[in-house]
Amino acid sequence: MALSLFSDLMTPTDDVWSVTQLTTAAKRIVEGSFERPLWIRGEVVGCKAWPSGHWYFNLRDAASQVRCCLWKRDVVRGAKPPADGTEVFVLARPGMYEAKGEFQLNVVRMLPTAAIGQAQRELERVKLLLQKEGLFDPARKRPLPAYVATLAVVTSTAGAAVRDIITVARRRWPGVRVLVVGARVQGDGAVGELVRALRLVNRLPEVEVCIVGRGGGDREDLAAFNTEAVCRALAAVRVPTISAVGHETDISLTDLVADVRAATPSAAAELALSDQRDVRRALDDLASRLAGGLAGRTRLGLERVERAGDRLQAAMEAGLERRRHHVARLAAQLDALSPLRVLERGYAVPSGPDGRVLKRQAEFRPGEPFTLRVADGRVDARVEP
Amino acid sequence: MSTIAEDLTRLEEIVRRLEADDVELDAALALFEEGVARLRAARERLAAADVKVQTVLEEADGELRVRDLDE
Repeated sequence: MALSLFSDLMTPTDDVWSVTQLTTAAKRIVEGSFERPLWIRGEVVGCKAWPSGHWYFNLRDAASQVRCCLWKRDVVRGAKPPADGTEVFVLARPGMYEAKGEFQLNVVRMLPTAAIGQAQRELERVKLLLQKEGLFDPARKRPLPAYVATLAVVTSTAGAAVRDIITVARRRWPGVRVLVVGARVQGDGAVGELVRALRLVNRLPEVEVCIVGRGGGDREDLAAFNTEAVCRALAAVRVPTISAVGHETDISLTDLVADVRAATPSAAAELALSDQRDVRRALDDLASRLAGGLAGRTRLGLERVERAGDRLQAAMEAGLERRRHHVARLAAQLDALSPLRVLERGYAVPSGPDGRVLKRQAEFRPGEPFTLRVADGRVDARVEP
Repeated sequence: MSTIAEDLTRLEEIVRRLEADDVELDAALALFEEGVARLRAARERLAAADVKVQTVLEEADGELRVRDLDE
């Protein structure tokens, strides 16, 4: 019985694992256990830059150590391997180097803790300075224009930001012209290039909004966007600005200086550009208001003409009435003055054959005929001879 | 050539003036005609528009050069 037990344990069964199967399984377990890269603090030992450009080193603390590699593409240009004992933060994915069966860290980022402290102090200094100068003041914030024809984008021409912005622009506002002003967004020279690009935007008179930022898919180095020089250049941009530094949680100083902060370049484009569907609706609305406006204006004109007509009519009527009174008064006066009224009282007016009125005795010649005008007619008469 | 943005801005101005009542009838008609033309232009441009992507580079002599960006 004991022998049989011994043989069960000590004899290979049918399901023997190969080394590769084991390391592959271990790799899967290790790599599957961490969803995202971790920040790990430790001391660097034996860091060496190989001709391939990759760096290999150990990271240790008082009790343990782990193999690490930093691939060439993640090595900051011009950086030197840190000396033994340098304390660093590394951003790394735990993994397995199957060929050696080694547990190792695939480092994507390495920062000396001293530099972090220094960077933090510099960040605080700049933040305080710009705050005192009022560069974060909400009263400084300018509104974005309603419709943008030309949009400037200050970012890396090779980065994801430009692509993301163009994708959003196609969907929302295909009438837009996107002017990409290229600048490195991290590493050496990034600050100078960002400053130059932001100044260049001010020489483009057609630009109405400026987005500055970097893609969310890129490595998350915000340092350039926290520098005094870039913040000041951004504050000096003459059009409204949007800062989109591709990182949901961290806030960069450019986010505070810009007129608007966006979480990502895509979000920045969404904020900057109107949705064409809204614009179509706005055009429909403007069309009906245009028609209504003219109709209203025409109606108003008609009303004005009608009112003027009424006034004219009233004026004419008032004038007629006045004239009628005047004529009546004149008629009454004429009536009073009429010689017929005198004749009514029994007077008569003599006139000679030539029609002249005979006023004096001498004008009556004996035997001559004359006419007497009385109230109701004429009487022929003759002077006694 | 005007842009859609310019058309929209001008259209809003035209509508506001037409709605304001204090514009002369002749001027109102002129505004209306301009509005209709702008409206048509904006709609046509919206239908035909495609995003134009360009890069701006500063030459050694300080001159700016704009060129289309191939994606």
